[in-house]
Amino acid sequence: MAFNRSFGTAAYTIRQKKSGGLLALPAVLWLVLFFLLPLAIVFFVSFMSRGPRGTIVFPLTLEHYNRIFDIFFPVIVDSVRIALVTTVICLLVGYPLAFFISTRKSRRAQQIALFLVILPFWTNFLVRTYAWRVLLGGDGPVNNLLLSLGLIETPLTLLNTEFAVLVGLVYGFLPFMVLPIYASIERFDFRLVEAAYDLGANDWHAFWRVVFPLTLPGVVAGCILVLIPSIGAFVTPDLLGGTEGLMIGNLIQTQFRGTGNWPLGSALSVVMMAMVSLGLIVYMRFGGQN
Amino acid sequence: MRKAWFVLLLCLLAVMPALAQDTTETPLDVSDADLEPWTCPEGFEGQTLSVFNWSTYVAEDTISNFEELCGVTVIYDVYESNEAMLARLRQGNPGYDILVPTDYVVEIMIQEELIQPIDLSKIPNFRHVAENLIDTPYDPGNQYSVPYQWGTLGIGYNQTVVGYELKSWKDLFEYEGPVAWLEDPRAMIDIGLMMLGEQPPATDPEMVFAARDALLENGGNVVAIAQDDGQALLERGDVHATIEYSGDIFQIMDSCECDDFVYVIPEEGANLWTDNLVIASGAPNPELAHVFIDYILDPRVSADIANYTAYGSPNQTAIDLGYIDEELLNNPAIYPSEEISERLYFSAILPPEVDQAYADAWDEVKILLRR
Repeated sequence: MAFNRSFGTAAYTIRQKKSGGLLALPAVLWLVLFFLLPLAIVFFVSFMSRGPRGTIVFPLTLEHYNRIFDIFFPVIVDSVRIALVTTVICLLVGYPLAFFISTRKSRRAQQIALFLVILPFWTNFLVRTYAWRVLLGGDGPVNNLLLSLGLIETPLTLLNTEFAVLVGLVYGFLPFMVLPIYASIERFDFRLVEAAYDLGANDWHAFWRVVFPLTLPGVVAGCILVLIPSIGAFVTPDLLGGTEGLMIGNLIQTQFRGTGNWPLGSALSVVMMAMVSLGLIVYMRFGGQN
Repeated sequence: MRKAWFVLLLCLLAVMPALAQDTTETPLDVSDADLEPWTCPEGFEGQTLSVFNWSTYVAEDTISNFEELCGVTVIYDVYESNEAMLARLRQGNPGYDILVPTDYVVEIMIQEELIQPIDLSKIPNFRHVAENLIDTPYDPGNQYSVPYQWGTLGIGYNQTVVGYELKSWKDLFEYEGPVAWLEDPRAMIDIGLMMLGEQPPATDPEMVFAARDALLENGGNVVAIAQDDGQALLERGDVHATIEYSGDIFQIMDSCECDDFVYVIPEEGANLWTDNLVIASGAPNPELAHVFIDYILDPRVSADIANYTAYGSPNQTAIDLGYIDEELLNNPAIYPSEEISERLYFSAILPPEVDQAYADAWDEVKILLRR
């Protein structure tokens, strides 16, 4: 019986491996065709020259990379900084929110709360960002409220600032922070907190030494999901940031529009991807182990 | 030998007046009396014409009148941007005969073979087109296009908030409140050139970089670089003035029912844009398309359109014979004075290295303007 069973398992495993490979084929093909191949093209184009009327021509050149480090670098640094601040704010707001939702006793209350978090996705992102333009405008509701409360005397300049970009990014990406954290807190076994209390931990210690480390995978997933799209954001800074809130995504976007410069746009994308990947690798090698 | 030249010269001089007379026979000699209402050539009854035009860009009865006069059916689709129209056509002409691209797009469409040559001999009304709008840099000899309407890229501002007249680019740059620029390297660098007293476009990269520096020096009041929606920022009060196309500012002047908004063609000069009638490659009915273009260029039809849309009419005869509403004709933001007209310029084709310099310089302006 024991023999049969282990034999059966082995056979099953082999079969599983084979069919697993076959099952993965569509996904692999998809990734190669629509991810790796385009990526390779972008990488290649980034070394080409810009021809007349924005065409892509030989010879190969490093000119675009030189130009990025001469001219574009401060914008890249600023974009990373804005994305980091966005991520931190999302974490500070999102963690307590996820905690609140996942600790509701009634399953129904949890579902409703989650539904509310996802609800904004039902409206197009562009429309919601335009709405912020109205809200933050000089004659918008925010300024009018502050004025009527007598808190300010002249309208504040909220729109076309870095502040507006942060508001838009935090607003847009908060659900991406809340959902993975919710998932990991929801799986968390709260008897461990009781055990911590029994061993003499206070609230603070129970949270930092027990709850937080065990929900860290959700936090990391959330941070990555917010940070990476924030760095490359272009709709939000375009509509809300004005000249002050310019991000690298805007500059990449304009290289591809009209008589743009595709090789330069590609090189900018490659530099961005390299920086993000490098950050993730460093994190996984050093930060991830703790 | 010398004598022979002299005789030849005399002969030429003798012939000259005759030649001159021949060419001046066109626009200005047409009088209201001998301008017959447009009639459709025979033989098109029951046929179909497919037109792809900008939205709200014809008078209410322009299309239905054509259908009636020719006994044809017009399929009329509209688009909101050149890019949207180009994208449709690049996938293969879905069956359009007539398109209405902007000047620089005509050039792109010629190069990409998306449009076909026009036979001007089939368009007798072409003689009504104003001289400064024919034989343009984007379509020399009007081989592919005839102008439909035109306008300028100038300054829109809120006169109530600004409190005084902005007459020039210099005024805009020296204004102390928030202003918006336009996300368009060509237009913006050219404005920098005009600030330096140069006539656009730049002829070498050094000129471009000088214009860049002029923009940077004067960019202290710029809060936003609008993607062609500066009029929305202006309307809501987020900027007090913006660099925009005339039509976009006229739109908010119409919709606001107030006297706040003003459009001005700056004294230093401005870019003149045209939208143009062209015939698509693979058009199902190019013959009828020629007839349609001739119909649109009829002075009365042209005037109807210009009176309805409030853009500049390229139809000199319609202007000369008073078919254009007085109110529009006297508006210098639509029909500028002769002095300013002389300082309007088309976006010309640039040599590659200058074109590249425009793009590079504009990136640098945006990056350096951040703080």
